[in-house]
Amino acid sequence: MNHEELQIRTQSDIVLVRKAVRELTAKLGFGLTDQTKITTAASELARNTLEYGLGGHLEMETLKNDLGKSGIRLTFIDQGPGIADIALALTDGFTSGKGMGMGLSGSKRLMNEFTIDSEMGKGTRVSVTKWK
Amino acid sequence: MAEQNTHLSSLLQKNEQSLLTQWIEAQQRVIGTKISPQELKIQCMDFLRLMVEATHQDKSTSIDGPAWVTAKKMLAEVSKSRTNQGFSPSQTALFVFSLKRPLFDLLRKELVDRPNEFADAIWAITQILDQLGLYTAEMHQRSREEVINRQQADMLELSTPVVKLWDGILALPMIGTLDSNRTQIVMESLLQKIMETESEIAIIDITGVPTVDTLVAQHLIKTVTAARLMGTECIISGIRPQIAATIVHLGVELGNIATKSTLADAFKLALSRTGRSVSKTTTHSPATGMRK
Ligand SMILES: Nc1ncnc2c1ncn2[C@@H]1O[C@H](COP(=O)(O)OP(=O)(O)OP(=O)(O)O)[C@@H](O)[C@H]1O
Ligand SMILES: [Mg+2]
Repeated sequence: MNHEELQIRTQSDIVLVRKAVRELTAKLGFGLTDQTKITTAASELARNTLEYGLGGHLEMETLKNDLGKSGIRLTFIDQGPGIADIALALTDGFTSGKGMGMGLSGSKRLMNEFTIDSEMGKGTRVSVTKWK
Repeated sequence: MAEQNTHLSSLLQKNEQSLLTQWIEAQQRVIGTKISPQELKIQCMDFLRLMVEATHQDKSTSIDGPAWVTAKKMLAEVSKSRTNQGFSPSQTALFVFSLKRPLFDLLRKELVDRPNEFADAIWAITQILDQLGLYTAEMHQRSREEVINRQQADMLELSTPVVKLWDGILALPMIGTLDSNRTQIVMESLLQKIMETESEIAIIDITGVPTVDTLVAQHLIKTVTAARLMGTECIISGIRPQIAATIVHLGVELGNIATKSTLADAFKLALSRTGRSVSKTTTHSPATGMRK
């Protein structure tokens, strides 16, 4: 349905991502708690795209399932180094940098659906969905 | 090359008045009266004189030499005031470029039967004016950047006001979207202020922070830990229900940091920790003193 692309190249792009996601979730009628959860997950994944994926972009889609329920899907795509061990990356507290190591696993808990594809040397694609 | 603006200086000087009139008219056709006619006239007169001097001292077609320093300084000032008045880069550079036409007309009249000299003179003046015009546009850009930097710095300052609630109790409301750089700076200045005031308790209020992700949480935890090492206990307040729910799902542990949902609750806790309490007085009926 609705589709929008946002660049993630700088710190301020992350702020813009959060703003765009918050506005879209509000427009879709998500409650305040869900708006906050989705925006926070977007913030985490956008930061990973910038810090580890060396920049990339976000695709924002609005969805409608068979039962007429609406949802939002956020897909973060980069052409960075990729993730060697996805299970390890998804472990609470694992970080290869200086973070808390909670971003990836936390985003998974904040959203309804979570898929991650990564290939070494090619890049990473993380897609998350939340239904109303 | 070095000889190419031989006539320019005397030419400018000899025709100052007519040049001035045409130059001012050319500018006013574009910018109207955005700048008062007197101000514009003074700027143009001053600059023409400086050009006469510079082209007299420096016969080359470059503006990099010492003869041009004063003229460029003036251009920088004009540029800055145009920027502050909201002129675009091209409107600002117009100050220089609009001199081309009147000068070319003048050259044509003066050198009508010396086509070679005419061509040389046109080339020389074009080079000089182009450099001056670009310089003006560059100065415009620089002034813009200064304005932006200043605003950014203002924002950082603004985002960490310190409110003294009681002796030894500070409140630090954090406001706005925190990107990585800003979070770092905001946290550092919080610590600075805690240190300066040697407070027992600091309440960090995050009511005005729309998103608390792992980065913000990590900085908060680091700040509280650092403050503790300096002998100051922190309370985090303003954690709205939706933020609390999100932090839990994110899996971030605020550990043994005291948190309260409102600043008022945090203040109450701070008072009791410093051996004080707030109680209602019973001697007066409420609100009588408040009414007219
Ligand atoms: N897009 C990506 N490209 C390459 N590696 C990634 C990417 N996203 C995550 N990773 C790897 O997965 C690890 C875990 O990511 P996660 O977001 O959970 O933690 P973090 O970013 O290190 O810290 P935090 O998000 O808590 O501040 C990262 O340290 C990094 O090694
Ligand atoms: Mg992360």
